[in-house]
Amino acid sequence: MSGADPDLVRALGAIVGPRWVKIRDAERRTYEADGLPTHASVPMVAVLPGSKAEVIAIVRLLHERRVAWVARGAGTGLSGGALADAETVLIPLTRMNKILGIDPTARRAVIEPGVVNARLSEAAAPFGLGYAPDPSSQAACTIGGNVAENAGGPHCLKYGATTAHVVALEVVLPDGSLATLGCPQGEPWGPDLVGLFVGSEGMFGIALEITVRLEPVPAAVRTLLADFGSVRAATESVGAIIASGIVPAALELLDQACVRAVEASIYAAGYPTDAAAVLLVELDGTRAAVEAETMMVERFLTEAGARTIRSAETAEARARLWQGRKKAFGAMGRIAPDLVVQDAVVPRSALPDVLDTITEVGRRYDLTIANVFHAGDGNLHPNICYDHRDLALRERVHRASKEIMEACVAAGGSITGEHGVGADKMEYMPLIFDPTSLATMCAVRRAFDPAERANPRKVVPTRYCREWRPEPIR
Amino acid sequence: MSRLILDLLGAEFGVAVTRDPDGLPRVAPRTSDETAAALGLAHRHGWRVRVEGRGTWMPADAPADLVVTTTGLDRIGSIAPADLVATVQAGTPLRTLAAALAGHRTWLALDPPGSPDRSLGSVLATATAGPARHRFGPVRDHVLGTTVATADGRLVRAGGTVVKNVAGFDLTKLQIGGFGGFGIITEANVRLRAMPAARRTAVATGALDPLFHAAQAIVAAEVDAIVIELLSPMVTGSADWRLLVEIAGTEAGATSELARARDAAGDVALMPASGGALGVAAGQAFLEGPVSIRAGALPASLPDIADLVVEELGPGRMSLGPGRGGLRWSGTTSVERIRRLRGLLAHREIPVTLERAPWPIREGAGHFGELREGVAPLSARVRAVFDPTGVLVAPLEGRDG
Repeated sequence: MSGADPDLVRALGAIVGPRWVKIRDAERRTYEADGLPTHASVPMVAVLPGSKAEVIAIVRLLHERRVAWVARGAGTGLSGGALADAETVLIPLTRMNKILGIDPTARRAVIEPGVVNARLSEAAAPFGLGYAPDPSSQAACTIGGNVAENAGGPHCLKYGATTAHVVALEVVLPDGSLATLGCPQGEPWGPDLVGLFVGSEGMFGIALEITVRLEPVPAAVRTLLADFGSVRAATESVGAIIASGIVPAALELLDQACVRAVEASIYAAGYPTDAAAVLLVELDGTRAAVEAETMMVERFLTEAGARTIRSAETAEARARLWQGRKKAFGAMGRIAPDLVVQDAVVPRSALPDVLDTITEVGRRYDLTIANVFHAGDGNLHPNICYDHRDLALRERVHRASKEIMEACVAAGGSITGEHGVGADKMEYMPLIFDPTSLATMCAVRRAFDPAERANPRKVVPTRYCREWRPEPIR
Repeated sequence: MSRLILDLLGAEFGVAVTRDPDGLPRVAPRTSDETAAALGLAHRHGWRVRVEGRGTWMPADAPADLVVTTTGLDRIGSIAPADLVATVQAGTPLRTLAAALAGHRTWLALDPPGSPDRSLGSVLATATAGPARHRFGPVRDHVLGTTVATADGRLVRAGGTVVKNVAGFDLTKLQIGGFGGFGIITEANVRLRAMPAARRTAVATGALDPLFHAAQAIVAAEVDAIVIELLSPMVTGSADWRLLVEIAGTEAGATSELARARDAAGDVALMPASGGALGVAAGQAFLEGPVSIRAGALPASLPDIADLVVEELGPGRMSLGPGRGGLRWSGTTSVERIRRLRGLLAHREIPVTLERAPWPIREGAGHFGELREGVAPLSARVRAVFDPTGVLVAPLEGRDG
């Protein structure tokens, strides 16, 4: 059983009903990890609100009692960002799963934070609309979690990550006060606090209602799959496509290790297993534009040395080409008991060299590293296979991850493109930000949460948060 | 006081210190570090600072002890055409930047109102997007990272140089459209686009209603346009409204999309036009009125809101975005009229942002007006992080009617 104060448990139960307060060990252990297997932590208690009023009441109660808390979506995050420890209350928002309204004329939807990403697109489909950000976990992840992480996905190459699609937020701040940020059209209505809140990793408050932009489902879509004899040739074709001015809906690359894992799994998509790299290019738009761009892209792919190019237009055929990409992480589960899905970004032009470095790092630490990533925006996902029971192996994985991050930063990149910093990447933050910038991030966080109780000890290493504090407002 | 400031600044900056036309000491730092040092000095001495760009957008009339101008920050640090990113100092004129980018077959897809010589920093700090926001989104979508000098002299870097990045809190968002209240942007990493092979522009002329319906039909047909914008008669100096449609892409693609736009427009005749000239003229027209506002209205409500804006603020130059929404008005008006308009539109969840005005109007109405309950204290706390003692003269808030 939890070591939680029985009085707190009673008070939480009075808000949500006792069945939605999880104190048994087995129940709490359900929440000990997110999608990243290298971090685990069991919360003091998990409380599952079913309404906006309940969320507000919980946050106010925890504020009064000075108890730290962590909000959580579906737990599909890949940075250990939604973990809570034995002193901290976890607030899963999965019961807050109502689509409150879809306005097809304005192309907007208002939703609760626990709505599953893919469900919103399904609900908008009858209006010819969809929600563009599509993380690989879209069948399970929640849009509240997407807001916290500024989630991306393959199609954000053309349509932008979550931040480009959220126009307004109703939020409860950690002191229990409420604020409505933004407006349905998207103008910020004051400083752009919507833009600041999106990607704040649960440290600024909880989004109670989220207003998002919906996009028309394109009239025509074409998916091309090209295979290459070298990764370098594949990445060079990516550069040629982007430089031409064509913005594909998605541009995804899988290396040989990844292709072989997919083809050996139940998700086999017919990718050629002898290819050094497979590139998926999706073009969407009007029929005429897609046809014209397809011809150009095929030319770039051929010029870069593509061995074969397959093309799919029907939804079914496209889904088959995509299946291997979407299920790549699952397929890699076959290779080893555990998998670290890394996330880093490099300038597109640095892709070939950085991929060589990753291969070299893998060889040096004797690790299997498979790459599947968003090539169009240089967002790498090196997948490192390991077995968590092997402590020495875990240490090698950690050191290899750090070297990969350092290589990406040295190439002018970033330590995370879409997974967030969470608990996992805090130690890398000083690689890209100086102490003053980190201290300023902490200070902005305290503007939302002076007591630092929302998702404590994430994103910015605590030592940087003590260096500078603003003087009081006059 | 002014003598003291000149002496102290002179010791730190040498030749870069001058006096502005009103006799105020003016410093033109050449680097981010110098900008931070100037603000640090102001912070320590309790001077109030007015920030200026190239003097083509916001009037240089805010009362202050010291003027910091970004005209010395005029270097283009790097252009990476393969990565479609440029690092640019904030005082760089857009025209200079565009010429440099054209040499690399790239462009920054921002077409803000005002002079082509506006500084990049002015566009970012006021978040004034032009008609190309239809395709390329608001100003914030073009900025990957910023370097900012805070009012107490720190240098803060946010974001980065890559197109996708979620490392740390997105402090860049505060600077874009922050009207200088959250520090001085000294440098920005901006996202570029590859220069399209072809651009085609078409214009229709007539009354607002039929043009608006034609524009809606073009939007509904998903025509792949970079601009769909309605310009009021005063913008183009004609008797009628104009619908401006601009398409970019391959030669064949642009031609076929323009044909689709014509089909969708039905009876409204879209005629070929010279796009660049019209766009620049329309942008400049917004300088003719002393006050410029934008209203965050959804597309369907634009004709109604346009009527209301004219009724409340008076006649003016207007542009409406029937795709993404949003309305810009410029003309002559008063603090009271802006307050009343804000009061009326707040009920419809439409914010009104004051983009440009003489000081008495900025001071009276504030760039944002009255922030909503809960937002005002939060905004004040965030602002205090960047300007703890109120050094920067940036009237963000005001009372609404």
